Order: sequence, then structure tokens, then C-alpha cells
Amino acid sequence: MSRIAARFTALAKAGRKALIPFVTAGDPNPEVTVPLMHAMVAAGADIIELGVPFSDPMADGPVIQAACERALKHHVSLRKVLEMVKQFRAQDNDTPVILMGYLNPVEVMGYATFAQAAQSAGVDGVLSVDLPPEEAHDFLDELKKVAIDPIFLLSPSTSDERVRKIAAVASGFLYYVSFKGVTGANRLDVGAVAAKLGSIRKLTQLPLGVGFGIRDAQSAADVSAVADAVVVGSALVNRIAELADQPEKIAATVSTVLTEMRRAMDAQPAQAVQR
Amino acid sequence: MATTNPLASPTQWSDFPDANGHFGPYGGRFIAETLMEPIEELRVAYERLRNDPQFIAELDNDLAQYVGRPSPLYHAQRWSAKLGGAQIYLKREDLNHTGAHKINNTMGQGLLARHMGKTRVIGETGAGQHGVATATVAARLGMECVIYMGAEDIKRQSSNVYRMRLLGATVVSVESGSKTLKDALNEAMRDWVTNIDNTFYIIGTVAGPHPYPAMVRDFQAIIGREARTQIFDQAGRLPDALVACVGGGSNAIGLFHPFLDDAEVALYGVEGGGDGIASGHHAAPLCAGTPGVLHGNRTYLIEDSDGQIIETHSISAGLDYPGVGPEHAWLKDIGRAQYVAITDTEALDAFHSLTRVEGIIPALESSHALAYAMKLAPTMNKDQIIIINLSGRGDKDIHTVAAHEGITV
Repeated sequence: MSRIAARFTALAKAGRKALIPFVTAGDPNPEVTVPLMHAMVAAGADIIELGVPFSDPMADGPVIQAACERALKHHVSLRKVLEMVKQFRAQDNDTPVILMGYLNPVEVMGYATFAQAAQSAGVDGVLSVDLPPEEAHDFLDELKKVAIDPIFLLSPSTSDERVRKIAAVASGFLYYVSFKGVTGANRLDVGAVAAKLGSIRKLTQLPLGVGFGIRDAQSAADVSAVADAVVVGSALVNRIAELADQPEKIAATVSTVLTEMRRAMDAQPAQAVQR
Repeated sequence: MATTNPLASPTQWSDFPDANGHFGPYGGRFIAETLMEPIEELRVAYERLRNDPQFIAELDNDLAQYVGRPSPLYHAQRWSAKLGGAQIYLKREDLNHTGAHKINNTMGQGLLARHMGKTRVIGETGAGQHGVATATVAARLGMECVIYMGAEDIKRQSSNVYRMRLLGATVVSVESGSKTLKDALNEAMRDWVTNIDNTFYIIGTVAGPHPYPAMVRDFQAIIGREARTQIFDQAGRLPDALVACVGGGSNAIGLFHPFLDDAEVALYGVEGGGDGIASGHHAAPLCAGTPGVLHGNRTYLIEDSDGQIIETHSISAGLDYPGVGPEHAWLKDIGRAQYVAITDTEALDAFHSLTRVEGIIPALESSHALAYAMKLAPTMNKDQIIIINLSGRGDKDIHTVAAHEGITV
């Protein structure tokens, strides 16, 4: 069983939902990232999503685009991100780490080379935003060889037929994008999310994470009532942006936000999930 | 001509791309999940309408009465004599309404948007030509229009910004990344994913996710179909070579496509060589780039060894883009077309030469094609024929040319 599947199984047994923070690797500088990952785990993160900086993050809003630009000023390449994961693994062998980013850095490295390097660094899942299953065949083969979970997105516009197609090749969990738009926008409608998750659950047994638009403890708790995992990105990256000139304060500030989310999620009475 | 479907290419090459939008390893659909269903909806609508006689008649009528087609094929006899080799024919896309080939595509996509019930169109622009062509069609069709343009380009092309605003478009300044065309494209994609229910994204070149590269090519292939008929009328035979500039590559593929199966016709695509390939300051992914994935398709890119996209340079804003249409990438690999680079200086020389000898001021983009023809023609016989796509007129560039020569206009 992969680290990700094991983590979801354990959480389900404990009646808890996964909190998945997203930060861009190397933002605002490469020294911040590994200590920040450890701090997030201490603050209640169950899985860490690490953004791989890309020059043209088409699916992201201004907050994460700016994070990519800060990291790229320090030339944080995919190889450097993998080194960070390796460093993190030296002290934490349990917390799953997912790389999230765009295909081109992986394409240029080569799928096989990337898959092997990611495995040896201790990566558990990979989400390539601009790689739908239709184009993913060769990439999936390489990930399978090294037992890394391919994480795919679902959106409000994804049809039942596509949910089936995507669920058939995904593992670990499915990441539901809560609205049509880019990261960081404020358009979360928990009722609409709950309805769509209900119909997706009829089509797959995979755990369902929800991201986009989760900004505070309240929205994290609301989403955790209907999802298996809550992904929070821009809300954290915003704090990092504000502290770009005081990087020593980042870990504590991000931890405070996560601690509040964790507390609110754990206080949320769990709703019976229809399977 | 009139009896056949003008959007169906006569060649076996029209079988490409395949059903998934692939030209060999290039093209495809590399986009976020939220866009997958809407783009499939677009593909289905386009497949239906491209074979619909009523849609074709509507588009043909607009191309004739509004755009001013067919554009002339002009035998540039004085310039041919000056170059001392092949006979040069210019396909005069500069004489279209709005002054470039771009409107062939925006007219087609605009009508498609209306048929799909969309009320709002968006577009990206570098030099402003595609933005103006999009704003023009939006005004003509009574649709809301938003154009994304890099902050740097807005500074360089203020008259086109004003033209778009006169036409009723909202021009949004893009402040992210390198603040140029690629960033405008990123921002237009973000708008599209957010407003997908009422918005049609009019992409300006033969790039992006499937079906855009094939669809934009089909709308631009009228250039080559007309040129093919016209050269038979005027010279009684096929040309020996076609030359066109390549930024994203829409005017080039529009000219090339109806000739792809004529193996005896050589095809030359001319990229922006900037300060020279060796300088690293250029916009020539086919000459000096490597394959990768950007803006929804796999193609040649100007990128670093980490897969990050690098800023490009060309004196011509319309060529200043780090990618290229996937069909060009494929034509390069299979050897059907050859791709070369022309420097800023060579393009400027050609700009002046054609202006003085033929009384035609060409766009700086098109001047790259002219500059390559200046090298090619002298190596050919006087009874051989080159057709150059004069893709746009140069009025928009006079400030750039003047500034380059230290003159204030």
C-alpha cells in the first residue's frame, strides 16, 4: 500500500479528514521549504503538496504565479525540488508528499528519469495540472513502474463518463476542483461541492480531496464535512508572500493557520459519507 | 472551386491531425481538467459547422464582402529583376480589412462563437494585430470583447491599443511573467476557464489545444487555395517555392496547406532570428529550440534545460513567441518544410527594399519572409516561381523602424 493510501485508511479509521497544505517549493527562497514542511506536519498536515515552480502556470491565479516567480528567481528546478523531498524524508518517513505542477519540466527531464528520481527522493504522488489521462499513457507507465500514485483533477464540468475514465487510471485520491476558475479565487459553494461529490462517489471508491477557494478555518471545516481531504494553497501562499522579506517568520505563521484549520476540521461533526 | 466545400482541404494531409489532435508526436490536448469538456464541445461544434453549407456560405459572404477576399496575387516584376533570379509573386494578405491575414481566422471563429450561443469573446495579442482583428469581428457581430496584452507590448504598440478600444474592446494589461505575448495567452486561458459558460476564446494562431491548430489552419487555408488558383491563372503552373514567416505559424500554414501534397513545391518557414541564433536573443524555436509542452500542445519551444520557458526577442512583435504551431513541428521533423531564421537587420533591409522598389510597405513579420526570398531567389532560374505570403502591411511598424534608425516620427 502506498503512503497515501495508508494515510487515508488510517484517517478513515480515526474518523478524521486529511488536511493537505500546498506550498510552492523554493518560495520565497530554497532554504525555507524543508523546515516549513516539517512545521506543517507538526501543525496537523496529513499530506504535503509541493508545487514545482513553472514559468507559465496557466491554471493558477496571481498568488501562485507570483510564488513561482519568487522561486524561479532562485532557479528552483525540478531537480532541486526532488532534493528538497529527499532532505525532508531524512527526518520524516511517514508523511506522504505529492508534487504538483505542469508537465514541461517533467517532459524535458524525461518521464523514466523523473519517475526513478522521484521514487528515490521519496515522492508518493504526482499531479500534473496540464496532463489529462488522454495524453498520460506513457507517463502513467513510468509512474506505475515505481509505484508512485498519479493524482488527477476532477472539475464541476467533468461528466460521469470522464469521472469513470479518470478514476480508472488514478490512485491515491482524486482532487476535485471546487469551481470553474483558477487557484486563489473566492467562489467556493460548499452545497454545490457536496452535490457533485455525491455523484462522484457513486462512480469511484477513491478518497476525494477538495481544493480551490478554501481560505480559513471555517471553509476548511465546511469542506471537510463533505470531502475526505481539504487542500489549502493560495491562503497559505498569500501569508508566505507577505513574509517574503521576513522568511524566518513563515513557518510559525503558516503553522498557526493550519492549526486553526485542523482544530475546526476535527471539531466538525463527521457526516455519514454515502458510498 | 465553388462546388466543393472550401473548408475541406483537397489533400491527403488534411487527414492530420488524428482524432486526438496529434501531428505525429506534436499537438494534442495538454490542458487542465476544467477545460476538457468545453473544448470537446468546441470540437464537436466545429466539426458540425465546417460541413454545414449554411455556415460556409455565411463565412464566404463575410470574407468576400467584409474582409475583401480574394486578395490579389501580385507579380513583383521590378523586385524580381532586382534580385536577379526567380519570379516573385506576393500574396497580398496586407490588403485585407484590418491589414493582415489575422481576420480570416477571427471571422471564422467569431461566427462559430455566435453559432455556439456565446456572447463574449476573448483573445490574446502581442503586436495587437490579432487583438484588432478580434475586436473588429466582435464589433461586427455585436459581442462583448476582452483582449489580453502584455504590459510591455501595450507600451510598444499604443496605437493598436487605441484601435481596439475604439472598436469597443476592453484591453487588459498583463503584468505577470515577461509581460509579453506568452503571458497574455496564460491570462486569456485563466479568463476562459473562469467564464467558460458564456465565453469563446479566439486563439490567434495555429497553436493551443486541439482543435485550435487544425481549426485555425482551416480558416487560414483560404490563402493557399486562392494562391493555387491564381498562380495557375497567371503562370499556368505550380510555384517552385513558398515562403512565409512563422511566429505561431498561422499565415505560413494557411499558404502551405493546400500545397502540402505537391512534393515539387518547396516550403520555407522563416522564424524571427533576432540578433542571430548564436546570440541566444531570438524567437526561432524550430531552428534552435527543443520539444516540450506549453499552452495546451506539444511542440518546439524556446526553453532552458529545466523546462522553463525563456523570453524571446524579435524586432517583430508578431514573431516574438517561444512556441510554434504543432503542425510546423511535425512538417519540420518529416522534412516536408524547411525552417530558417532571419535576423532583425536582414528583415529591416528587406522592409526597405520592397518599399522602395515596389511601393508596398510590408509588416516587419512579413519582411522576414521577404528577406529569406532575397537569399533564395538569386539561386534560382528566371523561369522559376516563388510565392511569398505578404501577411500584413507595415503601417503599424513605421515607428519601430524609425526608432531603430534614430528617427522620431
